[in-house]
Amino acid sequence: MKEPAILAEALTKDFGPIHALSGIDLRLEKGEFLTILGPNGAGKTTLIKILATLMRPTSGLVRVAGYDLAEAGEALRRRIGVISHQTYLYENLTAYENLRFYGRMYGVQDLEDHIRGVLEEVGLKGRRDHLVRTYSRGMQQRLSIARALIHDPSVLLLDEPYTGLDQHATRMLTGLLARLRDGERTVILTTHQLSQGLELSDFVAILVRGRIVYQEKVAGLSLADLEDAYFQHVGQEYRWDTQ
Amino acid sequence: MGYTVRLWAIIYKDLVSEFRTKELFSSMFVFALLVLIIFNFAFSPGTRELQLVTAPGILWVAFTFAGALGLGRSFALEREKDCIHGLMLCPGDRGIIFLAKFLGNLLFMGAVEVITLPLFAIFFNVRILPILPSLTLILFLSTIGFASVGTLFAAMAAATKTREVLLPILLFPVAVPVIIAAVKSTGRVLEGRPLSEIAPWLNMLLSFDVIFLVICYITFEYVVEE
Amino acid sequence: MGIDERDKFRKWLAPALFLSMLAALYAAFVYAPTEATQGDVQRIFYFHVPSAWVAFLAFFVVFLGSILYLWKKDRRWDILASSSAEIGVLFTTMVLLTGPLWGKPIWGTYWSWDPRLTTTLILWLIYVAYFMLRAYAGERVKGARMAAVLGIIGFVDVPLIYLSVLWWRSLHPLPVVVRPGGPALPPSMLGSLMVSLLAFTLLYLYLLRERVLLERLNDEVEALKQKRR
Repeated sequence: MKEPAILAEALTKDFGPIHALSGIDLRLEKGEFLTILGPNGAGKTTLIKILATLMRPTSGLVRVAGYDLAEAGEALRRRIGVISHQTYLYENLTAYENLRFYGRMYGVQDLEDHIRGVLEEVGLKGRRDHLVRTYSRGMQQRLSIARALIHDPSVLLLDEPYTGLDQHATRMLTGLLARLRDGERTVILTTHQLSQGLELSDFVAILVRGRIVYQEKVAGLSLADLEDAYFQHVGQEYRWDTQ
Repeated sequence: MGYTVRLWAIIYKDLVSEFRTKELFSSMFVFALLVLIIFNFAFSPGTRELQLVTAPGILWVAFTFAGALGLGRSFALEREKDCIHGLMLCPGDRGIIFLAKFLGNLLFMGAVEVITLPLFAIFFNVRILPILPSLTLILFLSTIGFASVGTLFAAMAAATKTREVLLPILLFPVAVPVIIAAVKSTGRVLEGRPLSEIAPWLNMLLSFDVIFLVICYITFEYVVEE
Repeated sequence: MGIDERDKFRKWLAPALFLSMLAALYAAFVYAPTEATQGDVQRIFYFHVPSAWVAFLAFFVVFLGSILYLWKKDRRWDILASSSAEIGVLFTTMVLLTGPLWGKPIWGTYWSWDPRLTTTLILWLIYVAYFMLRAYAGERVKGARMAAVLGIIGFVDVPLIYLSVLWWRSLHPLPVVVRPGGPALPPSMLGSLMVSLLAFTLLYLYLLRERVLLERLNDEVEALKQKRR
């Protein structure tokens, strides 16, 4: 039997008395792209942090790329790339220095080639030796993608990557993701904006109050259908937030 | 092998970043200098004896206060842009983050001490050249102890809502043995006493260093994990 | 949970505590002889020393609870550690109040930087920081984990703090020796102290038990609140 790229069973996370996640089941095969929609505070970041080994679940099983989260933290971390709305970049270092730093931390072979490759991928080759401090928000986010790709992870976790990006940068990010998606990578993207990332996804899920309340194939699903489902589960009061 | 590469990678990026901004070193050094000057105002003009009695204490107040300033800043930098998460995502034992930050802080504190010490000798009219070897030993052992618990507490403080504010409150009570041992042994050495006389203090510093380096290395993971 | 357990425990603990406290009061104020040189003020000894004992016992329990919490990640150990830390701070406060009261007529000053009192003062500061850490951590589990680390470090630090303060006061550092102790206490004083120690230990157990149960009820209330949302 083939091992799914990402598997979560009965995953829960409590913060004291608060149930941030209750009974999450996920199954993604290699190369699939899942978008998780949900309002703020639904548990999206918590879910990503658990999958990325930044947070321990209260209970449940998580396997990423065939490795159990509880046992093989190290082997698993090599296969995960995380892009969040925070860049994880050092602002007083150049793009090149940042990438070289993370590359060394992952023990990447042929690091120089890799750095050239990912910089080209995100279109920042010309600004390789500029301090990250001098970058625009959009450029920082692109470099953040390069950072997440430096060790060629097979699983990409994107937590609200569109936050704070202007129109141009948003389009650029979508284009980049589309290219990444063509590869063998398995991707989970979280967002609170319905339209974003949808055209890239194979599946879409809605997360509300720590539960996945809706899961559907994107093929044949219209934005209007999705909107109806979303507001039915989330509640009308959120309609303004998301538009 | 991979361990030392990663350890050095973290220290190196902190050094490069610091060489560019010089914000840690300059603020620590100027603060240490200010402490020397302010305390000199507080205790002088006084007799030569009073000066000799107060000098070691003043020196260590300068070093530890400046040290706390630098320790707090070093982790605050990792919290900007959530870089600490980027570090935690990297494969391998997370104790390496502690060790690298500890060694970095040791370097910064050491650099400040090396520059401050001659100024101290001038301001307080003490001869440090003949006692330099013993003084170096005291500085080394004390700074290790202070920076070990300091690095761990800085990681804690940076993760709280109050950020750096909590650091001195956590650090100074726990570091009491280091501070007392450092002040007392520095005083003895300044009086020209032999090293054998301060052996118990050095033993205490050494035990503190070993015990807390081990505990901090092991518990660091619990401090940064969410 | 809770209620049955509590009654069973209370059935013997509360009366035992009450009786031992009466006995301790009697022993301290009536049975124990008046000390020849210090006079009646020495009777504070029967409260001062047991308070110190309870404080150290409490911090030792914090230490154990902290290790178990980090290891097992079970909220029960965290409740034990934090409850015990609260009681420990309470009793260190008592030590720090009764010490100077005793010291004033004997040494002539309220505070003389006596090694044991000074160590207690520093401990008090460490465990006050313990609660500040919990309060400012933002999220409870994170605060509990960080506090547990401090609970371990703080307790391991105790012997080093004590030794450093002891050596700091004496001109030359002394090798560690078991103190031969002053002149042995007369049996009646020793007996009174033992009764007092027993009463204070029972008081600690009683307070700890109540505090732990209170915290569990707190958790249940929080859980119910969450459910209602």
